[in-house]
Amino acid sequence: MTARVQVFVQLKDGMLDPQGKTLEHALESLGYSGVDGVRVGKWITFDVEGEGREAIERQVGEMCERLLANTVIERYSFSLEEAGA
Amino acid sequence: MSGTPIGVVRFPGTNCDQDVFEAVAATDGARPVWLWHKETELQGVRGIVLAGGFSYGDYLRAGAIARFSPIMERVIAFARSGGPVLGICNGFQILTEAGLLPGALMRNDRLTFVCREQWLRVDGAATPFTARLPAGALVRFPIAHGEGNYVADEATLDRLEAEGRVVFRYVDERGQTTAAANPNGSARAIAGIASENGRVLGLMPHPDRAMSLLIGSDDGRGVFQGLLEAAA
Repeated sequence: MTARVQVFVQLKDGMLDPQGKTLEHALESLGYSGVDGVRVGKWITFDVEGEGREAIERQVGEMCERLLANTVIERYSFSLEEAGA
Repeated sequence: MSGTPIGVVRFPGTNCDQDVFEAVAATDGARPVWLWHKETELQGVRGIVLAGGFSYGDYLRAGAIARFSPIMERVIAFARSGGPVLGICNGFQILTEAGLLPGALMRNDRLTFVCREQWLRVDGAATPFTARLPAGALVRFPIAHGEGNYVADEATLDRLEAEGRVVFRYVDERGQTTAAANPNGSARAIAGIASENGRVLGLMPHPDRAMSLLIGSDDGRGVFQGLLEAAA
């Protein structure tokens, strides 16, 4: 099967995110009050072929652990759907 | 040219390679050797330097892509077998991504790229790199980075300190760790750390830019001399 994969990578809770903080201030200065906890993450998409859903999930998990996320500072999640389905 | 061969690794986007090459060449008894990122042999070098810059454009995370280049597989094996490896700035980021040093380097806590002269205190147990720099000594190296905020979990930080592996700390001119002297928010003012066996050193400041009094400081010479002695 070919799966369309979406990977989300975010700084772990508690990790200072200067980029998110800056956006928060910018939103505030645009007049949006009450905005809190802005965090900036990464959204990575790709298609991948594999022998069924489970095998692909295992492989994508490995990709996240080895490269796409640095688990010292980041956490990740992903979703996949059958491409063209 | 004679002398102990010291490898200087170049990735696409490395930009302190020439400075490091010159710093090695200026170290009596050392001979710099270029190592291209695609190479799979270390050409008999006895020590390795990962220079600063923006390898692979800092894509994904600083150092994340460089870590999987062909030469890094050899560098990792070299370090694991006890070979001395020095990672400066982006080189430090690559060493953490490669798992040769613990923790990670995040964006500076105050939004700015910092570029300035920085006082550092030599701390921790003696490593080959600091054999010429006694504990407590103050040195001045330039810093230039946007992602130098060192983080690790509390247990790792405690362990690094207990084992004397925090080698450089950001301090003011009197040797005190203060909030103002910490340029990027690094945990416990950590500027550089060593591996368990002391033979891998990563630091954000640039000893390669502190090789001549003519440009402000020659404190960096001690680091390269130490690398040479570890490699010889």
